Amino acid sequence: MEMSFIIYKLILATCVFGASLFVAMYSTYAERKVAAFLQDRIGPNRAGPFGILQPLADGVKMFMKEEIIPNVSNKFLFLLGPSIAMLTALMTGAVIPWGTSLTINGTDYPLQVTDINIGILYLFGVVSIGVYGIMIGGWASNNKYSLLGALRASSQMISYELAMGLSIIALVMMTGTLSVREIAAQQTGWHWNVIYQPLGFLIFLICAFAETNRAPFDLAECESELVGGYHTEYSSMKLGFYLFAEYINMFISSAIIATFYFGGYNMPLIGRFVTNPNTLAMLGTMFLFLKIFFFIFFYMWIRWTIPRFRYDQLMHLGWKILIPLAIANIIFTGFGMYFFN
Amino acid sequence: MLTLTNRSKVVVKKQMTFWEKLYIPAILGGLRITFSHFFKKKATISYPEVQREFAPVYRGQHVLKRDENGAERCTSCGLCAVACPAEAITMTSAERKPGEENLYREEKYAATYEINMLRCIFCGLCEEACPKEAIFLTDRIVPSADLRKNFVYGKNKLVEPIEKEKRISVARRQTEDVSEFKKQPNVAHNKLFEGKKLK
Repeated sequence: MEMSFIIYKLILATCVFGASLFVAMYSTYAERKVAAFLQDRIGPNRAGPFGILQPLADGVKMFMKEEIIPNVSNKFLFLLGPSIAMLTALMTGAVIPWGTSLTINGTDYPLQVTDINIGILYLFGVVSIGVYGIMIGGWASNNKYSLLGALRASSQMISYELAMGLSIIALVMMTGTLSVREIAAQQTGWHWNVIYQPLGFLIFLICAFAETNRAPFDLAECESELVGGYHTEYSSMKLGFYLFAEYINMFISSAIIATFYFGGYNMPLIGRFVTNPNTLAMLGTMFLFLKIFFFIFFYMWIRWTIPRFRYDQLMHLGWKILIPLAIANIIFTGFGMYFFN
Repeated sequence: MLTLTNRSKVVVKKQMTFWEKLYIPAILGGLRITFSHFFKKKATISYPEVQREFAPVYRGQHVLKRDENGAERCTSCGLCAVACPAEAITMTSAERKPGEENLYREEKYAATYEINMLRCIFCGLCEEACPKEAIFLTDRIVPSADLRKNFVYGKNKLVEPIEKEKRISVARRQTEDVSEFKKQPNVAHNKLFEGKKLK
């Protein structure tokens, strides 16, 4: 392995890491602004122009808060919970293709940290571990609200992972690959997967909301019933990690939705006007980020539109509607592939 | 069934149609509504920079007026305290000594005059009751404080400054209608002093 390869991967990994954190940081600001605008309010506007420094102020506040670890908690697991949540949230960015590739001095540098041929499986594996962060944190707190929140979160995430996986199987059947880069590369021009898999996309979208614990599926931190849910006992930056992990998850899942169903870094028409491959790659990355930002906005838009599900409704939707629909979608896809190819 | 009014309606349990059961159109409708609010005029007033205009009849912190010569108008008659439904006003009286004519308009004056701003409901009855045009409610906000005792306002906060330019205007509340009202004999407190002299 050459030195330059290691340096390039290191730089790329740092960029992805930094971008995830940066986007997540400003997602908190965007969430408050979007929430305010959707409710005819103004939102944070005191820290810096338009409140642009608000995330920094929030971060400082989080660091400055007193750190409390309950005596009755299991200290090791209590610390492990937020760490896992943060770790898994940041790990998923590794297999997402952020663009085609940059050619510098004749060497190709693909804009993806690692292109493993089982990228989708990796994604699902890491997302499944993400449940443990919440579950362990809630359990170790030794608090009934935390435990209930953790219980809800884990059963909800496990339920929706099934439908999510099934909806992806139809996509995998169609594209014939498990590599995320391959899936992105196949959707050139307007051949976005959402056109061929509208039902699959809808199921995936709903499950993505449930997986990230976002409204209307935020039962794990249902304030009206469970105080703060699994993070009731957390304070200071450990709480910050949990909250932050949610926003990173939102960013990553938006990136996954954009890559799987909305063509990833592909942009229609631009290829006719721009010929320089490096410029094209940069534009593609920008375009991907535009899509991601739209989905992040969509997440917030949904949050301030739809009220929270009741728990039995949640289970009903997951097991009795989404899973049968996803299986039907697989069958439809099979028939479609048989008759049209 | 016999009904008392014709307003009651029979409740019908309506089955949802297929499109309603799908929920997707309803969700899209909801999204459209929330998005339309994105561009609506915001209700927020950025307080320290922009201040909301008060209604002309706004009743805020009280002021004890002085007359043209700078003497306190209040004669400590106690009518405001009697009129006060919240019992927020207390006072003690004192007799004017020779040489204090420039400070107090009449022979009797309020040695202490306290209004408990936590009790006060800003109804304005003290102002109505006052026969000497001494107490008025102004458009000033009672500022917040972190101790209960700081809400008991004494004369130091209530009496307006003696300097002409620092006087607090009550023109908004001392209209002709008000003076006319105070002369009406059929109002209870006006009757009380009909033909009598203050002691």
